Amino acid sequence: MKKIYLDYAATTPCHPEVIEEMLPFFNQIYGNPSSVYQLAQKAKGAIEEAREKVARLLNAEPEEIIFTGGGTEADNMAIKGVAFANKKRGNHIITSRIEHHAVINTCKWLEKQGLKVTYISVDKFGVIDLDELRKSLTDKTILISIMHANNEVGTIEPIQEIAKIARERGIYFHTDAVQTAGKVPIDVKESGIDMLSLSGHKLYGPKGIGALYVRKGVKISPLIHGGHHERNRRAGTENVPGIVGLGKACEIASKEMANEEKRLRELRDKLYKGLNERIDDIILNGHPHRRLPGILNICVKYVEGESMLINLDLEGICVSSGSACTSGSLEPSHVLLAMGVPAEVAHGSLRFSLGRNTTQKDIDRVISVLPSIVEKLRAISPFGKEAKSKEYRG
Amino acid sequence: MKDQWALYSKKVMEHFKHPRNVGEIKNPDGVGRVGNPICGDVMELYIKVKDDKIVDAKFRTFGCGAAIATSSMVTEMVKGKTVKEALKISNRAVAEALDGLPPIKMHCSVLAEDALKAAIEDYLAKKNKKNK
Repeated sequence: MKKIYLDYAATTPCHPEVIEEMLPFFNQIYGNPSSVYQLAQKAKGAIEEAREKVARLLNAEPEEIIFTGGGTEADNMAIKGVAFANKKRGNHIITSRIEHHAVINTCKWLEKQGLKVTYISVDKFGVIDLDELRKSLTDKTILISIMHANNEVGTIEPIQEIAKIARERGIYFHTDAVQTAGKVPIDVKESGIDMLSLSGHKLYGPKGIGALYVRKGVKISPLIHGGHHERNRRAGTENVPGIVGLGKACEIASKEMANEEKRLRELRDKLYKGLNERIDDIILNGHPHRRLPGILNICVKYVEGESMLINLDLEGICVSSGSACTSGSLEPSHVLLAMGVPAEVAHGSLRFSLGRNTTQKDIDRVISVLPSIVEKLRAISPFGKEAKSKEYRG
Repeated sequence: MKDQWALYSKKVMEHFKHPRNVGEIKNPDGVGRVGNPICGDVMELYIKVKDDKIVDAKFRTFGCGAAIATSSMVTEMVKGKTVKEALKISNRAVAEALDGLPPIKMHCSVLAEDALKAAIEDYLAKKNKKNK
């Protein structure tokens, strides 16, 4: 059975050209970039070339790119780094209720250290409330961290407006662009972004590598201390193959983005149309059009998400859900809850995320398979037969 | 690397794919309904009792794979047992009959035990009422 992978927002397979580019750096050009001989300087050169490629994707300067161990580390570095380096200026951070856990849990930890954090609400589409953001600003606010696009529902946030609000008040603006880098155009200069996180494995690069863009002049403290790597901002011998792979992935993304964006949007919309025609009582989550091209998040009423995932897996189809049972916690997706989706409905969410290997055939297969899975599970569910049951408020 | 890494045991998958005793019993002697849709799982268990023996059991469940499999298993386990014997079925026994559950899914087996207890309590309450 052919695997149909529709979880590109979770991770992506490495692009074959990325792997090819990385291979020599495992056992041929393996020198430590900090050493002086040519074997090492070649590796150092490869890092700097990769840095230029990442910078180009964002319209940043190469020296504004810091390589990290991934998106989570980049988020940690931006938020804690600003908090530690700007204690004299203030102790207040503004973020949103729908951030990735890499941001939310970093902020929660900082709250335990005595900082103040405001979590801004979102509307039913997952767009953050700019008025609430403006009202939350204080003289002590040092950082606003709002994601570029949400990883679960794909809603794109008005980061240019947020950056403007931040800039006017002399507050740093960080955005988690892990889902958007290489998917939609980003121009950090034009958008007024001070810091931006991205991750290698979300854009067909390897896992364990990411980057933080830090605009020249932004004061941040390093998290990892040691040698003089990354201009004293991130110590530790560089992950050369990872960095080279990330650079290549960014280069490919720059070229393919425009076509891929259009192709995925069409496939994604076909998927929703097909499912909506064949399954009753499904709800589209996220903004109707200000949304990442490859993400489709729906709630299927009266059934639980994990039971759908397992049935889809039996058909070779890989997707995600925001149900509690897939998160390992008792609560369903904090993103859907923040958008006002009732908990019992949020348990039945499915996220399809499309990518470069997704074909029309894959989409057709999902459209033909999912309706009977839902029908089967609704027959087992106590809510299936009485769709309008009062207890089931969705 | 092992060939097979899977969330659920073969037995769990078997019961999930082909759940036994799905549905309702008309005029049941006991009904147990536990869980909460807000928490993501609801289990309804119906029992038919004859001469103090559970002769039939059926269920409906809104929940994850483990919730559906444990519902299916518990209905299989109670059939033919006396009410007293059925009360002794623990969540652990249900989980063991399924060749184990992942630690984070053990609460699903608690739900199965609770649903069974609720159905038996309902049966006993009705019986007491009749006898009065």
